Amino acid sequence: MSYDATTLWGIVAAVGVITLALRLSFILLFGRVDDIPNRVERTLELVPAAVLAALVVPAVVALDTSLALQAEPAKVVAAVVAAAVAWRTENVLATIAVGMGALWLVGMVV
Amino acid sequence: MLGVVPFGLITGISAIEAGFDAVQTVAMSVLVFAGASQLALIELVGDGAPVAVVVATAAVVNLRYLMYSASIAPYFRDFSPPWKWLSAYALTDQSYAVAVTSFRDDEPSKHRRRWYYLGAAFALWGVWVVSTAVGVVIGGSVPPGLSLEFAVPLTFLALLVPSLKDRLSGLVGVIAGGVAIPAAALPLDLGLVAAALIGLTVGVLVDTFTDWADDEPAGETEGEP
Repeated sequence: MSYDATTLWGIVAAVGVITLALRLSFILLFGRVDDIPNRVERTLELVPAAVLAALVVPAVVALDTSLALQAEPAKVVAAVVAAAVAWRTENVLATIAVGMGALWLVGMVV
Repeated sequence: MLGVVPFGLITGISAIEAGFDAVQTVAMSVLVFAGASQLALIELVGDGAPVAVVVATAAVVNLRYLMYSASIAPYFRDFSPPWKWLSAYALTDQSYAVAVTSFRDDEPSKHRRRWYYLGAAFALWGVWVVSTAVGVVIGGSVPPGLSLEFAVPLTFLALLVPSLKDRLSGLVGVIAGGVAIPAAALPLDLGLVAAALIGLTVGVLVDTFTDWADDEPAGETEGEP
């Protein structure tokens, strides 16, 4: 909320340049697959699981000031249902739709 | 392909809420063209995280492009530099998956490779940019009572679940997610980066020093531009 337009443009530009550099890296350097050590490749493959999990979980469950777990039941139910849908369908649209539907339903009941 | 539409809508809506203007939001989809990192940076900007944390997080989310770039480079080797730049720019989870699966088996001509890949990639690009723009337009008129902000973690969840392809990525996800709960208290929104790094480190250590996770290597994740 607090950033001015220049800062936001700076963030967009910086992330854009870094992302393009990552995409260009081996294509431009004309690298070959075997240039990547197996260890590095395995590590890179794990990045999505690590980052996405670290993004998802705190959005559903939090600690309050007394370090007790805090969660809105509606969000937990919605997340569990959505995870099941994602597991079965691997469909982003279905996951979001069912998850939001569950959130509203449980929210009405609780 | 159609999974990109809600993703783009949510990106547009949440960017406006986080304080980006319409032009910046659409420009972001054009310049960055990587949905999960865009949502992550929007989320952090909305939280008022420091600029360095925002940029670093988005960069980490996009590290997999390094891997795609290496893996797909042989198919673009005979392209001239402008075509290489264009092909690299259009590299996404989907375009990578399409290209690698169709180029691996038969060896199409340079011409066919170029147009097949760019056609698929830029069709996706068009859907992505337009759906972001539509999200910008409808963003202002969404009633707040719908808790639409929860669609953002749901989108991440939709990407997370297929990425937990084997025991090792499952372990990494559980640890990163578990650490992220207490780490949320860290200043400067560093909890996300810390949790992801700890999960990743444990995964690499387990992979290196035990044979607990020696199952067959997995395929590509997809569903994210």
